[in-house]
This record gives sequence, C-alpha cells and structure tokens, in this order.
Amino acid sequence: MLIVVIVVLAIVLLLIAVLIGLYNRLVKLRLRVDEAWSQIDVQLKRRHDLIPNLVNAVRGYMDFEQQVLTAVTNARAGAISAGAQGPAAAAAAENALTASLRSLFAVVENYPQLKANENVRALQEELTTTENRISFARQHYNVTTRDYNTATASFPSALIARQFAFSAREFFDAEPGAEAVPEVRLR
Amino acid sequence: MAASTFFQQQAQNRRKSLLLAASVALLLAALGFAIGFGLTADPASAVAVTLGALALGVLLTLGSYYQGDRLVLAASRARPVTRDEQPQLYNVIDELAIAASVPVPAVYLIDDSAPNAFATGRDPQHASIAVTSGLLAKLDREELAGVIGHELSHVRNYDIRFALLVGVLVGSIALLADMFLRYTFWFGGGRRSRRDEGGGGGAQALIGVLALLLAILAPLIARLVQLSVSRQREYLADASSVELTRSPEGLERALAKIAGDPEVLEVANRATQHLYIVNPIKKFEARAHGLFSTHPPIVDRVNRLRSLRGVPPLPPAAEQAMAGED
Repeated sequence: MLIVVIVVLAIVLLLIAVLIGLYNRLVKLRLRVDEAWSQIDVQLKRRHDLIPNLVNAVRGYMDFEQQVLTAVTNARAGAISAGAQGPAAAAAAENALTASLRSLFAVVENYPQLKANENVRALQEELTTTENRISFARQHYNVTTRDYNTATASFPSALIARQFAFSAREFFDAEPGAEAVPEVRLR
Repeated sequence: MAASTFFQQQAQNRRKSLLLAASVALLLAALGFAIGFGLTADPASAVAVTLGALALGVLLTLGSYYQGDRLVLAASRARPVTRDEQPQLYNVIDELAIAASVPVPAVYLIDDSAPNAFATGRDPQHASIAVTSGLLAKLDREELAGVIGHELSHVRNYDIRFALLVGVLVGSIALLADMFLRYTFWFGGGRRSRRDEGGGGGAQALIGVLALLLAILAPLIARLVQLSVSRQREYLADASSVELTRSPEGLERALAKIAGDPEVLEVANRATQHLYIVNPIKKFEARAHGLFSTHPPIVDRVNRLRSLRGVPPLPPAAEQAMAGED
C-alpha cells in the first residue's frame, strides 16, 4: 500500500516538474522576443542620430537635389515624433524614412565626384551598416517570434500557454510597397 | 545532399556529427573494456581503465580549453585590430552579431595576401575571429558577410568546444592504445593470467587478442571519424551562415574566390589547418575527396549552397575548373 502511495507521489512530483519546465521555457522565449523588439528600437534610434551628419556632408555637393535632402530631414523628424504615437505609426514613419534614404542613395549614384569623396564613402558605409543592422534586428525579432509562437502552439506547452495567457506575437513584415522602391544595393 | 532549406541541412549536419562523436565514445569504451578485461578478466578494472584513460585525456586537454585561443592566435601571427583601422569589417561583424544574437567577438588581422579566416573560442562569450588582409582586399561586402557568418556560426554552434570533446576522446584512445601496445611489447604474455581467475581463460585470451587488434586500429579509425566530424561541422557552419545572412550567393562567391586564389597562406600549418574556412594547405585541398581531409571539397560546399538557392549544381565544366584550381 505504501509503495502505491510513493509511486503516485513520485508521478505527481514529476508532472509538476514538467509543468514548471514548460512554463519557464515559455517565459524565456517570450523575453527573447521582447529583447529582440528593443534591439530594433536601438538600431532605429542609431539611424536617427546619424542622418544629420550625412545630410550636412552631402549638402555642399548636391546643389540641384535639395528636395531629396529636405525629404530625408523631414522624414527623420517625422520618425522621431511618431515614436511616441504607438508601434503602427512608428513603423509607418520608419518605413517612410527608409524610402527617403533609398532615394538619396540612388541620387548619390549619379554624382561620381560625390561617390569618390572619402567622407561621403565613409558615411555611406555608415548608413549601409545602419540599414543592415535594422534589417538584421528585424530578422532576429522574427526568429524569436517564430520560436515563441511555435511553443505557444505546440502540444503540450500550448496547454500551459493557454492557461497562463501566453499569446502569440506578430511577425514584423516588410514595408508595403518595398518592391516598388528603386533597386539600390545597400549590402 | 538534396536538402533545400538551411534548417534541413543544419539538422542533418548536427545529427551526423553527434552520431559520429557517439561512435568515437563507443570505440573508446570498447577499447578500454577489451584491454581491461583482456589483462585481468575483471569487468570492474576494465571500466577503471577506460575512465582512467578518459581522465588523462581530459587533463591534457584542459589547458587547450582555456588557453587554446591565445596559442592559436599567436601561432597564426594574428594581431588585434581596432574599429578605426577596419570600420567596414567591424560593421559587418556587428551586423551579423545582431542577427545571431551573440556578443561581438574580439577581432584580429593576419597580414597575408592569401584570403582566409578562422574563428576560435570555447563559447560566444570568449570568441575571436581572425581574417587575413588578403580576404579584406579581395572580397566584396556581401562575400565578407558570408565568411564572417560562417566563422560566427562556428562560435555559436560551439564547434570549437565540440571539436575539443571529440579530440579528448580521440586522444584518450591514442593514449590507451599506445600504453597497452607498449605493455604487451615489453612485458609480452602478460595476457596469460598468472593467477587462476577461475574459468576466465578462454574468453580472456580472445578478448586479449581483440584488445590488441583494437589497439592497433582504433587510433586510426578514431582519427578518420574525427575528420568526418570536422567536415560535417563545416557544412553546418555554411548552412548557419546562410541562416544569418539569408543570402547564399555571398558565401558561394567567397568560397570560389578563396579556393581559386593562387596565394599560399604562410602561417598555415598542420596543427591549425582545420580552423580555417578553406583548408589553407593547398596540397591537402587537392586530396579533399578523401577521408583524410578536415574540410569538405569546395565543389560540394558550393553545390549545397546552390541547392539552398534552388539553383542546379555546378555544370561539369565549372566543376572541373573549381576543383582544378585547388
């Protein structure tokens, strides 16, 4: 009789341990998603800070393209202010900034003296790496979201997820109309 | 090699390398047991012999685990390089560190016109990447990203640690076999039990012969398996690089350029050849189709990357050209 009690107790304890393990894994995966999201923000802010330097560097050379530079400056201001208005507005503003920067890149391609300038090249590298970092941060966010969503949907962690309100997160989609932007190799 | 996603390729590579490592462990156990039992007909001492060899192997490798980085970097004449000296290199490494979510490794430069790179470090928190000046000069940004992705993947897949583990097993096998062969050579006939271990005679003698056979063959077999593991982890690093960059072309072009470059890396030697992205010892590369190579053949690596792109493998003419360039 005692044996039965011990065995049942052991099974119950094992079950509890498994449940705790599943719960902790969900917590870990969700925190990774949160961290990845913050990473995107870090890279977006880095871009905000870099743009004034770039605009000033090229302003002297590009007499006829002032509207492109103005568009970039305005888009940057828009992105900074949209940051406070929630993720949807922020995303739209950041995409607009990306589009304006791509136009700037396309224009710089037309100015050979500008392209050859050391400072401009260094700044172009800076912007290339900034765009890449944002892109990789978003990619990493999608990877962590995928792992987390898989855990919330798969048996048996799905049971724990439902019980403790772990809901799936949204993927970060590419900006709509990204295909329509001129082909500029940023990598 | 028909896998078409990097997830599938990675899973295959991991599975194969784990199976291979397990087989080396099994070989060590078999050798230890055969020797122990063959000598004393006592299973307990057989286990003791195996554990003893393993412990010795671990001790000898501990130094390498903690200080191996420094030795390898010094042997390759790599010097630390700052962000100001190489902004683009640091940017590429930063970008991929974000994609991989690992800390940025220490960055080193090797002054050599032959393009190549290696990574070392027992875990992502203690990692170093070294590239040659030739690599920086000859590769464009996308190709450089492919190479850095490969090296970072070696770090985040814990390949250096894995290789060390396999190395411990292989070293233990070599040690054990060596000691046993010396023992039977110098003290011959020790297998004939001097005390009567009651009924152990026939089986013991048989196991003794088996032990002798294994002692001769096991080190070689273990070495071959170790090389096979190295090749699998190279494929894994290629697939993991694509997972990071999402662009197989970069790495593909980089591999072709590195393999096709006529320059020879001067600091390369047998001890460090397995660390580089492409085997820097040219005559070893030519034998790459064999079991004795640390790296898979370039053509196979390129074809696996092409299958990730959904593109057919290299046509025979291009294959010849690439293989011939090695």
